[in-house]
Amino acid sequence: MSKVMVVTSGKGGVGKTTSSASLGAALAQAGQNVVVVDFDVGLRNLDLVMGAERRVVFDLVNVVQGDAKLPQALIRDKRVETLYLLPASQTRDKDALTEEGVGRVIAELRERFDWIVCDSPAGIEKGAQLAMRFADIAVVVTNPEVSSVRDSDRIIGMLDSKTLRAETGERLEKHLLLTRYDAARATKGEMMKVEDILEILAIPLLGIVAESPDVLTASNVGSPVTLHNPASAAARSYTDAARRLMGESVAINTPAEKRGLMSRLFGRKATAA
Amino acid sequence: MAVETLAAPHVTLRGRTFMALVVAPEFPMAEWFSAFDQQMHGAGGFFIDRPIVADLGATLEEGGPDAVFIVLEGLEARQLRLIGVEGVDPVLLAGTRWERLPKTLHGRVQTLETWADLHAAPHDEPSPAPVAAPSVSSLLIDRPVRSGQSIVFEDGDITIIGPVASGAEVIAGGSIHIYGALRGRAIAGLRAGDSARIFCRKLEAELVGVDRLYRTAEHWGEALHGRSVQVMCDRGALRLSAFD
Ligand SMILES: Nc1ncnc2c1ncn2[C@@H]1O[C@H](COP(=O)(O)OP(=O)(O)OP(=O)(O)O)[C@@H](O)[C@H]1O
Ligand SMILES: [Mg+2]
Repeated sequence: MSKVMVVTSGKGGVGKTTSSASLGAALAQAGQNVVVVDFDVGLRNLDLVMGAERRVVFDLVNVVQGDAKLPQALIRDKRVETLYLLPASQTRDKDALTEEGVGRVIAELRERFDWIVCDSPAGIEKGAQLAMRFADIAVVVTNPEVSSVRDSDRIIGMLDSKTLRAETGERLEKHLLLTRYDAARATKGEMMKVEDILEILAIPLLGIVAESPDVLTASNVGSPVTLHNPASAAARSYTDAARRLMGESVAINTPAEKRGLMSRLFGRKATAA
Repeated sequence: MAVETLAAPHVTLRGRTFMALVVAPEFPMAEWFSAFDQQMHGAGGFFIDRPIVADLGATLEEGGPDAVFIVLEGLEARQLRLIGVEGVDPVLLAGTRWERLPKTLHGRVQTLETWADLHAAPHDEPSPAPVAAPSVSSLLIDRPVRSGQSIVFEDGDITIIGPVASGAEVIAGGSIHIYGALRGRAIAGLRAGDSARIFCRKLEAELVGVDRLYRTAEHWGEALHGRSVQVMCDRGALRLSAFD
């Protein structure tokens, strides 16, 4: 049975596109048929992060408007054969998408894929609402800072009211993905603590991805971090999160715990540095 | 029981309708406006886009018609959404740019809905007979109230099982019971007045208000932060007290 999963946040730049590409790749690496759909019309990024920018011919808007057939717009990943990308249009604006058209494309994708990962644009406007509209599962990407947490709370409210599932009284699974988590800064009290974020948002935790230069390196070479550097901590966090999405129970390790041990070993100097 | 009693504020609010709040400027005006500015500033966006009705009865009585226009200009300059005036004779505003603001005469309670009706419907149409309000007197919400959401229940109490997020608001005709953290705003007593109370498991609120009194976070001490608290009116002041 296919699952439509929106990756959303409200706030911009928190790691939605990075997480869509990495979770999508990790699911595909586990043998699932996956398509990652870029809903950020006008500001597309996913093609770059997945290293497919030169292969874009048709895009989501073309398919929604009937100018191209779905297979013409789908781009198959060169590294993982069960991973596909449906790019956004860079030249059009968000009004080019209609709910009816998006619904039709999603229904067609459901016939071909196990996972349809929707990379949402930032904000709470039409683009973000269309990206979440047909979702069965939501991954709420949050950074450990108050503004991001509040925006996530707002988005959760919208997931509970503006999605098709919410309107028909069906359950929509919601998961929290904490990204750009800086263990050192959390220890110093410069960032919000995991437990405080969980208490405020009151949805289950899917994973914690640490702030890491490996993520930037990977996206600069156009490869999700789970493919480019599978042994890195960030890749392992995404791989574990993907396994949890597939229903496996994998323990979550909080980067702060390690740092807690470090500062316990080194005392105050470690935190004062 | 830890008790913190707060002095009465200069500026009071009165809920009238779903969203409109009534402000009643008082002399000396300079002082009233500076207190109002301070409270607007401290209220974390509470007044932005919120419909405001100005009760100019006291202004007119003490300062005469000239004062009414000065006060209206003063409110306008603060970019409030002034949607109505009360306490003044409509004749006074005739020919001014405030002429079209809905006016309520001398204490008659008029709701947003009724003036919306008055203004929408042609005058010769008979107004519909009042429909008896359903006798539901409490509203139960058994999920978190998320940022940006607004729960308004004029007919009675609201009970919420779960947290009320920062940036969310709960407005009740009666009391408000929150089995969770209150991080946003809660305003009780729109109908019940000063007998209404607010109860919450954990006080981290931006603003609490009962009847005509309200407080923003900076007005209560660290001592109450994070605690299980009730908010009530006590001889004209808002009192916050911890349960534990
Ligand atoms: N774990 C991480 N460690 C370090 N940098 C990261 C991490 N996750 C994301 N980034 C960087 O943060 C920036 C924003 O990430 P990304 O584009 O994925 O965010 P977004 O939420 O999709 O943004 P937008 O709202 O603009 O679509 C990028 O430069 C990305 O490389
Ligand atoms: Mg993005």
